[in-house]
Amino acid sequence: MRQRSLIAITAALAAGALTLTACGSRDSGDKGSSGNGGTTVTIGVDAPLTGDLSAMGLGIKNSADLAVKNANKQNYVKGITFKIEALDDQKQPSQGQQNATKLVADSNVLGVVGPLNSSVAESMQKVFDDAKLVEVSPANTGPALTQGADWQTKKVRPYKSYFRTATTDAIQGPFAAQYVYNDAKKKKVFVIDDKKTYGAGLAGTFTEEFKKLGGTVVGTEHINPDTTDFSAVATKVKNSGADVVYYGGEYPQAGPLSKQIKAAGAKIPLVGGDGINDATYGKLAGPEATGDLATSVGAPVESLPSAKQFVADYKAAGYKDEYSAYGGYSYDSAWAIIEAVKKVVEDNGGKLPSDARAKVTAAMQNVSFDGVTGKVSFDEFGDATNKQLTVYAVKNGAFTAVKSGTFTG
Amino acid sequence: MNELPQQLVNGLLLGSMYGLVAIGYTMVYGIVQLINFAHGEIFMTGAFGALTVYAYVLPDGTSMWVALPLMLVGAVLVAVLVAVGAERFAYRPLRNAPRLAPLITAIGLSLALQQAVWAWYPEAKSARTFPQINGGPFHLGSVTIQTGDVFLIIAAPISMAVLAYFVMRTRTGRGMQATAQDPDTAKLMGVDTDRIIVVAFALGAAFAAIGGVAYGLKYGQIDFRMGFILGLKAFTAAVLGGIGNIYGAMIGGVVLGVAETLATAYIADLPGMEKFGSQSWADVWAFVLLILVLLFRPQGLLGERVADRA
Repeated sequence: MRQRSLIAITAALAAGALTLTACGSRDSGDKGSSGNGGTTVTIGVDAPLTGDLSAMGLGIKNSADLAVKNANKQNYVKGITFKIEALDDQKQPSQGQQNATKLVADSNVLGVVGPLNSSVAESMQKVFDDAKLVEVSPANTGPALTQGADWQTKKVRPYKSYFRTATTDAIQGPFAAQYVYNDAKKKKVFVIDDKKTYGAGLAGTFTEEFKKLGGTVVGTEHINPDTTDFSAVATKVKNSGADVVYYGGEYPQAGPLSKQIKAAGAKIPLVGGDGINDATYGKLAGPEATGDLATSVGAPVESLPSAKQFVADYKAAGYKDEYSAYGGYSYDSAWAIIEAVKKVVEDNGGKLPSDARAKVTAAMQNVSFDGVTGKVSFDEFGDATNKQLTVYAVKNGAFTAVKSGTFTG
Repeated sequence: MNELPQQLVNGLLLGSMYGLVAIGYTMVYGIVQLINFAHGEIFMTGAFGALTVYAYVLPDGTSMWVALPLMLVGAVLVAVLVAVGAERFAYRPLRNAPRLAPLITAIGLSLALQQAVWAWYPEAKSARTFPQINGGPFHLGSVTIQTGDVFLIIAAPISMAVLAYFVMRTRTGRGMQATAQDPDTAKLMGVDTDRIIVVAFALGAAFAAIGGVAYGLKYGQIDFRMGFILGLKAFTAAVLGGIGNIYGAMIGGVVLGVAETLATAYIADLPGMEKFGSQSWADVWAFVLLILVLLFRPQGLLGERVADRA
């Protein structure tokens, strides 16, 4: 009996606390939009903030935060204070969708930066589109996200509220194939992927172009991203006689995979996409990884004059984590939202209109500015117009840029 | 070149690791009929214990010949502490509760341990590199054995021999056998069953810790989630070998490891099976094997058919 009343009291307290917090957020929301000069606009961030992709996720969060801080400092949009609300998707599509629902429910959120994974984006797109809330991903490279499932034959944009500052695997895979075949002079490839939207897509576009150029695929494998033992696969690679391995997937598996392939006796480079282009890769792959390659979207942030300020600001802000592979793109994604909000506010006489979300989404289509990663604007599918890519090679345990170029097809 | 010998060695190594962890599942189950789902995390904390010794206790650049024994001590110490603590505070209070209660506690404990390492261990948010033994790989004919794997090759059989001696020849070991057969009667015969249970947890943890060090040396990195999948596999190995049987755990582990490796290497070559042969299907084939064994030998490979206790 005593226990039951205890449970009842606890439940009542919990319910009360929840109601109070819910009221709290709604109150502040009302005050926010009616008060003059003190309107707060929230930019949501969704990325894996914990788990094995957190190095990239935290870079995204911090870079978006930096954009917001700079906008506030410059008073870039008069009368508007920006803040971010960062949610952790743990690279799980289901968690991403929950986060999307949560962000949609907060009326102060006028735009979302993220997510990192294409598979997570798939689960979020519709939720945002139904709410007309704009989403700008700094990192998704799956072509289907902007050009529909049949993008190879007929391009149809599925969601008008989805944009990205990164270029797609439809370009990245072939770009890597051209480099591997023409510049690195490798003709026999073993293709491995992790079966996920990103990895399998990338491996597919790479394979197609590599065959077209005249190369041979001597073997294919799919790995399970939950495991760390790739010895059986490594032995197969060694016996296949391949002179290069292409891996579609992310660095937590790519690093150990490269290491185990070399340990099995196949001293051949592993090539991957932007998903393996992280400082952690070198650590996981060990000293033998020297010469492994990765392509990534855009030009290296450090080499761009436009990015100098970003790198300096990021250092000055004192974030604990690196900005990682997508820092520049995340800054630009957040800044694109800020630009869109600015346009909407200026068109409405310095105030946020009541249908701000829909207006911001519409304004995003025409946003154009010089960002950290170069010119930022979007084509009719919501893809970045900037189609620059770079090949990086592992040297002393870290990726260093070898060749930048614009993919021409 | 024939790759079969190499693939068998790959499987044997993977399987030995499963076996080392499976021993803990099997001993605890044999004595208290509890499936300690937190055992995979005990394996993980063991690996972090070894890393702690190397990275924070020993001076920089200590030779691995000196460091490795000390790392093993650290690993075993941490894992045993965690396991005995878990037994004392999470499982003992539920000893007479319905079976489901400690099982759920075990799952909760497993998550708690993962999150604790994630939150409090320095830089454990992503994988941490594990110290390596220097020296090139060894070649035996067409088979290559990595330096990091040598530890596993030596440690697994020695562990088994020590365990067999302990269980068969020592007083405490015989007490464990008695408790496993009938705890109430064992108690009446003067066996301190509480102590026996603690010893079972501690022994299981010590082997998991050795497995954790082997994992670090083999893959060069450890992370807070490493125990989850490996723990599940080790549990599968224990069931495959006949849960409750110590030799069964080792044999189950090896069978599972070899089966996974061979499935990855060869199933795609069978006619009509191209689609089901990749490494991502290895787990499926491992479980198919488990189901087959359980269909025809419900007690597992080495398990004995026992009547349910009244």
